[in-house]
Amino acid sequence: MPKAELLDPQGKAVAGALSRLGKTRFTGVRIGKRFEVTVDGEVDAALLAEVRELAVDMFSNSVIEDVVSVDVLDAAVTA
Amino acid sequence: MTTATPSPVAADTVANAAATPDREQPYAALGLKPEEYASIREILGRRPTSGELAMYSVMWSEHCSYKSSKPYLRQFGSKTTEKMRRNLMVGMGENAGVVDVGNGWAVTFKIESHNHPSYIEPFQGAATGVGGIVRDIISMGARPVAVMDALRFGDIDDPDTARVVHGVVSGISFYGNCLGLPNIGGETYFDSVYQANPLVNALAVGVLRHEDLHLANARGVGNKVVLFGARTGGDGIGGASILASDSFSEGGPTKRPAVQVGDPFAEKVLIECCLELFQQELVEGIQDLGAAGISCATSELASNGDGGMFIELENVLLRDPTLTAEEILMSESQERMMAIVRPEKLDGFLAVVTKWDVETSVLGEVTDTGRLIINWHGEEIVNVEPRTVAVDGPVYNRPVSYPTWIDALNADSASALARPTTPEELREQVFRLLGSANLADKRWITNQYDTYVLGNTALSFPDDGGMVRVDEESGLGFAVATDANGRYCQLDPYHGAQLALAEAFRNVAVTGATPVAVSDCLNFGSPENPEVMWQFSRAVEGLADGCMAMEIPVTGGNVSFYNQTGDVPIHPTPVVAVLGTIDDVAKRIPSGWQDDGNNIYLLGVTREELDGSAWAGVIHDHLGGTPPTVDLAAELRLADLIAAANEENIISSAHDLADGGLAQAVVESVLRFGVGARIWLGEIIERDGIDAATALFSESTGRVIVSVPREDDVKFRGLCEGRDYPALRIGVTDSQDTLEIQDVFTATIDELRAAHRSPLPERFGATIG
Amino acid sequence: MRIGVITFPGSLDDRDAIRAVAIAGATPVALWHGEHDLQGVDAIILPGGFSYGDYLRAGAIASHAPIMAEVISAADRGVPVLGICNGFQMLAEARLVPGAHTRNAHQQFIRRDQRMRVENVRTDWTNQFTAGQEITIPLKNADGRFVADADTLARIEDNGQVVFRYIGVNPNGSLNDIAGVANERGNVVGLMPHPEHATEPGFGPDTELAMASGVDGLPFFESVIASFAAAV
Repeated sequence: MPKAELLDPQGKAVAGALSRLGKTRFTGVRIGKRFEVTVDGEVDAALLAEVRELAVDMFSNSVIEDVVSVDVLDAAVTA
Repeated sequence: MTTATPSPVAADTVANAAATPDREQPYAALGLKPEEYASIREILGRRPTSGELAMYSVMWSEHCSYKSSKPYLRQFGSKTTEKMRRNLMVGMGENAGVVDVGNGWAVTFKIESHNHPSYIEPFQGAATGVGGIVRDIISMGARPVAVMDALRFGDIDDPDTARVVHGVVSGISFYGNCLGLPNIGGETYFDSVYQANPLVNALAVGVLRHEDLHLANARGVGNKVVLFGARTGGDGIGGASILASDSFSEGGPTKRPAVQVGDPFAEKVLIECCLELFQQELVEGIQDLGAAGISCATSELASNGDGGMFIELENVLLRDPTLTAEEILMSESQERMMAIVRPEKLDGFLAVVTKWDVETSVLGEVTDTGRLIINWHGEEIVNVEPRTVAVDGPVYNRPVSYPTWIDALNADSASALARPTTPEELREQVFRLLGSANLADKRWITNQYDTYVLGNTALSFPDDGGMVRVDEESGLGFAVATDANGRYCQLDPYHGAQLALAEAFRNVAVTGATPVAVSDCLNFGSPENPEVMWQFSRAVEGLADGCMAMEIPVTGGNVSFYNQTGDVPIHPTPVVAVLGTIDDVAKRIPSGWQDDGNNIYLLGVTREELDGSAWAGVIHDHLGGTPPTVDLAAELRLADLIAAANEENIISSAHDLADGGLAQAVVESVLRFGVGARIWLGEIIERDGIDAATALFSESTGRVIVSVPREDDVKFRGLCEGRDYPALRIGVTDSQDTLEIQDVFTATIDELRAAHRSPLPERFGATIG
Repeated sequence: MRIGVITFPGSLDDRDAIRAVAIAGATPVALWHGEHDLQGVDAIILPGGFSYGDYLRAGAIASHAPIMAEVISAADRGVPVLGICNGFQMLAEARLVPGAHTRNAHQQFIRRDQRMRVENVRTDWTNQFTAGQEITIPLKNADGRFVADADTLARIEDNGQVVFRYIGVNPNGSLNDIAGVANERGNVVGLMPHPEHATEPGFGPDTELAMASGVDGLPFFESVIASFAAAV
């Protein structure tokens, strides 16, 4: 993943797209060798399902890519 | 990533500074000399706060203050004539110079260095170099319309050179292409003097209507100071970490990236956003944030305006919430702008930035206190007179000493070197030059740049200059070319600088445009080396005298010192950019031959001038003697002659002779469109009293080859005679796929092309041509 | 005829597409990505550029823009849609045309005057070409490698949905040298090269006749005008 202190233009652009799509629960996106989407509070089943849907519809292109896994990390891991 | 909101870090306040006058401060680690620190204490009447120290240290750096070069640069203003000032709407000292090009249109352009960052991290260094110069253009109220780059790399065969070349070229390609600006030219040289210190000089051009001209200043008490664009992060503030550890913060981050990461998409949006703000008259002025970030923008805006400003620094939107106040002041995060906005227009301003999804925060307002006051969570951490930061920094008259080694260098002329005499030797050397690093085709680089975007590019590489249409109705346009020959400048910086000017001038003239203005990027070694200061002083004097003689003004530019590999300074490299205008780009002159049966003329005389030449360098690995004669009056007459011939529409191509001499110019004219020619050297040899090698490889100035349709031949000869400019018919274009130099050699176009195109792909990887 | 050109944040060749539409004799209409209004245009162009910096995948974020919902429903109604370069990438991301794009095989951005062959002259954007016509159009991209799975490739080849094929040089490693494709109906066409940059003499590719005189891109726009005239 890009170092936390570096600008991540990719993550910034995707975060902007999420907010335009009305997906306001997400507070940040960082993109490196994987996608990290942050939320305030707990990750419930509905939210996880929404992220899985995003992973398939937007984060990846099924013509050329597969979604391997979607997991919940705690804040300490991603900081 | 963490989302916790940090508690504000207590900063060193003005009150605290007054109360603790004897506290030691790390001024030396920030690059300030003891006497500079003493001077700051004297200006303030107390010790600076750590925030003030941060501001002074960056603004008084060589890069921002021009403290070593200022006394010399004044010549660009003083050595001017009425004619030079006539079309100059904005001269030196602003973000970029602005030139009236007629019909209510103006052009602004500037070239700037990003050398050191491009060695450390070539991709981001070069990318952010493009971004920075483009923001200078936007801040004048202009739409950026073209970029170009003057690049210098180390020895093409050094193992590290490929790393730098790949990084720099892909950085420029990534950023410029993504901004939608055509890259229309520039130049690339390889020389071991640039091994650990490549030069990346980025140029941008913008166009505007006269009435859209804006200057960045903070006028109008009560007007809002607004920061917009990317969020502020810890980019490029290695030095500030010293302050962080010194100030009262506990456990603040100490490791900050020295590398700035560019976001060309953010900048593209910023361009459109700024142009819309200007167009709707929602801003009084916009200042770009580059080196020294908020420190620079606030102090310069205030200095250029009513003199006072009040800022609440905690309003800055942060990418990294752990930044200290000092770090925020010094951050060089990219893609940020600062605007001055009337309070009643703030809503309109916010509507535009919201449309473009650009984040914005109001930092403060313009005051009439004469002080720049910056608060951090309610406490005053900066209280300075802005001019003391931005304008009245230290000025040094550095010691200058004549480098005695230059006498021996000048005495070591290339005339003593063995010259080729047989046809076989001549052919072999023509091909070696053609395939040498600096004369080889550069399409491996330029094919990575978009030239088409915006749909107004009339000429681009490999033509001598780039040309862009400004007005789609009339066809009004500009041409621009950059040049600098570091080898000549090493031999004689005064004349070397004038040779750069003469060549850039000629390169613009051969496109059919009329040169009108100059921007320069002066790349030198350390100003603390008296011999480098001598080189610098001579180069500036030569350039200023040359501009006066040619009556085209220097409108702005940049000085880059401390360019050296180890202890060895680079060759002096004053890159000169000349801008010209053309009333209709449809009248542009192609640089190569397109039709067979045209007569080929060599304009100008050829002298035995091989000192410092590409021939001496490539064939003999030699640098010595004195550079070619400079005759600026002849260059002016030559430019007039080309303009007159073009006006009468009697020349079908024109190409400048420079590095590699006639041989290189002829080959390039053949390869431009793949049209062959027969050339004879006999009459040049006879008229100018030289040998064949000199005829082919001499780098005498004031020379151009033009092709003339047969039916215009008499008219063209008459024109040259009437203007008393030496012209000799040296050949004819033909439909054979060969270049024949009579009595010397014949080569097929395919052979020439292969030799010319292969050097870069061989080193840097195969490409698609 | 009114032809809309949509500007997304990061669109770069939108003004050039507008100019080309005007040169061809139609009326250009500037459209904005964030709106849901196509202003009743008769055809739509998704221009080149780096929308959203191409940061996720080229064209990916733009394909989720508000106006794309309208573009998709217009395409379903048969309105002609042309995607140029980044616009082609958006069409593929939106599944309006088959396939996808990856990084050029040589990993670099490339700009060149590209020769290609027109393979299908029955689409709304190619009916003024002759079958098999060879044309030269500027190409400039970093993510231009057209890919699709074997079944899809076989299907689009059989259906004549391969509209343009690179000749001479395959500049990016596209499968089957594919430069451009259409949907089954032939109203939606996407291609990597930029026809709008070969419509004005003096600013196009070099030709045998004169520098920068190439206008092989004009028939794209003339075709859609002809389609429109035939339909009215």
